[in-house]
Amino acid sequence: MKIIALFFLMIMTTVSIAVAGDEPPTPLTNKEAIQLVQTNADYIWTLIAAALVFFMQAGFSLVESGFTRAKNAINIMMKNLMDFSMGSIAYWALGFGLMFGVSKSGWIGTSGFFLSDFTVGGDPWVLAFWMFQVVFAATAATIVSGAMAERTKFSGYLVYSVIVSALIYPIFGSWAWGGLFHGGGWLEKLGFIDFAGSTVVHSVGGWAALAGAIVLGPRLGKYTKDGKIKPILGHNIPLAALGVFILWLGWFGFNPGSTTAASKDIAMIFVNTNLAAAAGAVLAMFTSWIRFGKPDAGMSLNGALAGLVAITAGCANVTPLSAVIIGAIAGIIVVFSVVFLDRIKIDDPVGAVSVHGVNGAWGTLAAGLFNIGGTSGKIIGIQVLGIVVCFVWTFVAAFIMFKVIDKTIGLRVTPQEEAEGLDLGEHGGNAYPDFEVSTYSQR
Amino acid sequence: MKKIEAIIKPFKLDEVKDGLTSIGIKGITVSEVKGFGRQRGHKEIYRGAEYQVDFVPKVKIEVVIDASMAGEALAIIQDRAKTGAIGDGKIFIMPIEEVIRIRTGETGKDAI
Repeated sequence: MKIIALFFLMIMTTVSIAVAGDEPPTPLTNKEAIQLVQTNADYIWTLIAAALVFFMQAGFSLVESGFTRAKNAINIMMKNLMDFSMGSIAYWALGFGLMFGVSKSGWIGTSGFFLSDFTVGGDPWVLAFWMFQVVFAATAATIVSGAMAERTKFSGYLVYSVIVSALIYPIFGSWAWGGLFHGGGWLEKLGFIDFAGSTVVHSVGGWAALAGAIVLGPRLGKYTKDGKIKPILGHNIPLAALGVFILWLGWFGFNPGSTTAASKDIAMIFVNTNLAAAAGAVLAMFTSWIRFGKPDAGMSLNGALAGLVAITAGCANVTPLSAVIIGAIAGIIVVFSVVFLDRIKIDDPVGAVSVHGVNGAWGTLAAGLFNIGGTSGKIIGIQVLGIVVCFVWTFVAAFIMFKVIDKTIGLRVTPQEEAEGLDLGEHGGNAYPDFEVSTYSQR
Repeated sequence: MKKIEAIIKPFKLDEVKDGLTSIGIKGITVSEVKGFGRQRGHKEIYRGAEYQVDFVPKVKIEVVIDASMAGEALAIIQDRAKTGAIGDGKIFIMPIEEVIRIRTGETGKDAI
């Protein structure tokens, strides 16, 4: 019995070897096989990076809730959940097509709505690419939440999050990044450098945040009657710090993932990303130490984020030394910018405008200044053009949008609701029912 | 019977507690409180802007003891809670009419 079984096994093995060996590998089939491995690696890297960027939503939620009061924590979480969820749907339906669809004029994409570029059995690259892009769109959208924290009507915020993901972000994006897929924007054709989105993502978010903070006005109690600044303390600095670490981790997907290819280039992008963040944190700490007498935690945390935002444009085309310089300057800028905005009575509870708007602009300029292939007046001119165009488009569009929301469904909660907290007024709950409510959160 | 209420610096709580238990005091109630006295709070900095903290965190200790122990307990608290710096706190003494242990119904000195 055993011998017969062994015999059959031998025959089967021989047959299978014979079948596999029917076509001996040729240089051509080898090339195809190698190409397939590379393609698969591109998919894996792009989607892992997309997952890392998605995790930045958690980072934003924690930073924003940590830097604001306990009575508004549920509201912050809901805004972050919904700007991602509603934003994803809006970007699927409209935004992706406007940003990456066929663009004859260079000003707007016109195809690929509802992921119509994907057909069953067709090339699934559009899906991987869409996944990577949707988490970017959501990053731009969620930046605004922090600047408008603690006083924005939830329904008004939902309308904002759909409009920014469906229109404001993708239209600008098509000018700078459309060529990454089916489009082709006028700005990228000029040679505008923004590898991973200092301008396209962060400045768009930052300038929309500025418009939102201006239309809303400052939180109650932020300024005394004679115009003095009265700080409103964040309720949980460890939470904010955890958020910053998560964002830093997420940025290792944000910048190196923007290759959307498994290549050796990602090593330098990783290093540049890390060095800029580190330099930003260190310089923000020393700046606050010198200016205020103590190394300020909030400023140092924002310094790390400022460095990350600033290196995003140039991470693939500057040297590590340049990355340190770019991050260091970002760390200094963010401290002065936060103090300046406070002084001119623009109330940005988490520093989103300073981190993303101002340092997005700085990073975009720096990508031209420190360009590894050399810089020139023309390169810098185009960078400045991109910075200005981004500000004008985003600020004006967002300002009009927030004004319209304000006049129709309302943008700000009532003073009484603001005093009681948005958790109660907007969501009928309390984030920490088992904790004693302190005088800080009652203020 | 007397009740001693002491408002002290929070980091002095352990020393005071050890002192009071060493003289045989069996129960202490502690609460976290906030307030100001002559020191009138202090200044802190948040994101580059100074602000006044009016109510400074303190710990309030409450002990009910036999009147004969009051002097010794007072001396211990004063000694252990003192740093010599402003904001060391205050001690209040008040008479207690009655004490009842809920579980057994004992009253007076037995219930302390």
